[in-house]
Amino acid sequence: MPSHRPASVRSRGLSGWQALERGFDSAFGSALNPLRHLGALGFLALWLLCASGIVLFILFDTSVTGAYASVEGLERLPLRLGQLLRGLHRYSADMLMLVMLLHIVREWLHGHERGVRRFHWLTGVPLVAFCFVSAVGGFWLIWDELSQYSALATAEWLDLLPLLTTPLARNFLTVHAVSDRLFSLFIFVHVGVPVLFLFGLWFHIQRLAHVSVLPPRVLTLGLIGVLALLALLRPVMSHAPATLGQVPTELHLDWLLLWLHPLADATSGGFVWALVIGVLALLLALPFLPQPARAAVAVVDPDNCSGCRRCLVDCPYAAITMVDHPNQRVGRELALVDADLCIGCGICAGACPSSTPFRRIQQLATGIDMPQLPVDALRARLRQDMGAATASHPLVVFSCEHGAAVDGRQAPDVQTYPLLCTGQLPPSFVEYALRDGAAGVVVATCREGGCEFRLGQRWTAERLAGQREPHLRQHVPAERVELVAAGPGDEPLLSAAIDRLRVRVHGLSDQPRIQNDDYSLQT
Amino acid sequence: MTTPSRPDLPGGARPTGATGAAQWVGQVVLYGLFALAIGVFSQWPPYHPIRSDQAVIKISVTRLGQPVGECRRLSQEELAKLPPNMRDPVQCPRERAPLSMEVDVGGKRVLQRVAQPTGLSKDGSASIYERLVVAAGPQQIEVRFKDDVRPGATTYHRQASVDLVPGQVLVVDFDAEKGGITLQ
Repeated sequence: MPSHRPASVRSRGLSGWQALERGFDSAFGSALNPLRHLGALGFLALWLLCASGIVLFILFDTSVTGAYASVEGLERLPLRLGQLLRGLHRYSADMLMLVMLLHIVREWLHGHERGVRRFHWLTGVPLVAFCFVSAVGGFWLIWDELSQYSALATAEWLDLLPLLTTPLARNFLTVHAVSDRLFSLFIFVHVGVPVLFLFGLWFHIQRLAHVSVLPPRVLTLGLIGVLALLALLRPVMSHAPATLGQVPTELHLDWLLLWLHPLADATSGGFVWALVIGVLALLLALPFLPQPARAAVAVVDPDNCSGCRRCLVDCPYAAITMVDHPNQRVGRELALVDADLCIGCGICAGACPSSTPFRRIQQLATGIDMPQLPVDALRARLRQDMGAATASHPLVVFSCEHGAAVDGRQAPDVQTYPLLCTGQLPPSFVEYALRDGAAGVVVATCREGGCEFRLGQRWTAERLAGQREPHLRQHVPAERVELVAAGPGDEPLLSAAIDRLRVRVHGLSDQPRIQNDDYSLQT
Repeated sequence: MTTPSRPDLPGGARPTGATGAAQWVGQVVLYGLFALAIGVFSQWPPYHPIRSDQAVIKISVTRLGQPVGECRRLSQEELAKLPPNMRDPVQCPRERAPLSMEVDVGGKRVLQRVAQPTGLSKDGSASIYERLVVAAGPQQIEVRFKDDVRPGATTYHRQASVDLVPGQVLVVDFDAEKGGITLQ
């Protein structure tokens, strides 16, 4: 009797998140879905902050007496440029905070704090703190009532730590206490901490290849347009100038960036410290909680590695380097897998030119392979299944084990082959299946931007379209191949693709499955 | 070597969801929701740090307390036992007294604090900082402050009637040059 374990918070959350992503796909298409580009959206917000911030800093008077007037002077710029700059700067910060939060949630729901990706997770945690510090520091520079409130609230909060002999809050007792030197500290917080943020960001993405530091162009333009429109329709306004002898009675807080202050007022500074330290400690501890065993990593066979570098180029996690080949002539290279970086996706095996199943050798040994699902095992199963197929038009489905489930797609004429990632599939396997008796082949990737291993869907689509090596050869009839992007929950989409291909190949029954026979077998 | 491109490959099952007008409407709605979320929560709802009928009293003192004991002149015998470069005839205790402060507002004790001197040898300054939210209007304030624990030491005392306007910040500090406890 099957046991029914209750779904965990994470798995329930993941189902909900995937449903939300599919909803967004309906409007944007999966390639332009912002929820699938959260990291790149964070970069976009950062670039907007940097660009608008540099211009604002040029126009800013970095003194306690001139700061407020210089910010108000932005209103006098022609064509409402001041409003645009200020609004873009503020709303980009809000956007960065939002997408950062969503990015953390998404990665956690996918279990990406574990294994190889622990490095990315751990290097991302300090970025949250840097982001908050620099965002809060930005409010102080205007030196209006909100600046006064935020700076004093921060000082009182920091004073709870037994670090300084003299309380920081004494710097805000009277008008004369706030000097240009203190303002220099404000500027360091707002300009210096983002430099640390950028440095940390470099670490965060260091172990990734082909990193997108901008979302797709259409999405970029759309978001910039929305932020610019917002900046003009709801301009960011200053409060009255700071007067330290008065407490402002009403503030228009940016709740996305300054929520810690009211929380401290409503509870206590100690509670907020406990919350902040607790959350950061939890984020740092998550990767060290018990977790599933790591997937086996790719293994290089020096006798079959030609040093072509395709695996190096395609590996999404920069886990492959090239070294001098120990057994070959001078100048020849050998792929070397860093086991600490390899995530076990198999994309390298799909990229390897020696993974072709047409090789006549008894046991298909390729240059780089996955021990848990070698290409030889895939070829052997394919041969066996095609040899035993009784259907007149057997169909082969290569799918991703992280994408749409193929369990329910079984039919007498359908053979399914779940892969670690469809990027693991050498395109020649499509041709091989057709030559071995398949009437059609479905390649089911995850949705665009939804690949568990970042690039598997993209590489597969490009290889099958002939835009990337190794490519699907021209003479493979396109009408016998169906490429479908079906992520988790997209099982009906996969079924529809199988049905569509079934109908199509039945209409092609009299035509040869491969147009010409010009392939040459390699040994 | 260039890779031949083959745009003819069927990809009809790509999940594009809604098409045409519905997709445009969906995008406009989602962009609008994004703008609405940011536009609204970046300025709304207004926050009130204090009520409009309240004022703030800030008690803030940072001061090096007095030595905890009197200085003492060493005898010749005691001096002789010291290395030649350390033969200071007058020896004072290094440790400083804690600061103690009591504040009453309207006859009610609102602060009673003793701040220990900083440093491993307790020879650094001590600080007291507190922000008190009180009702605006006339208030009777009484402050007692002590930075000396030696017998017969002075306790500074100040009593004042103030009329606090709403939102006003009254700072209670200590400045020996201005005669002790200050209200500003």
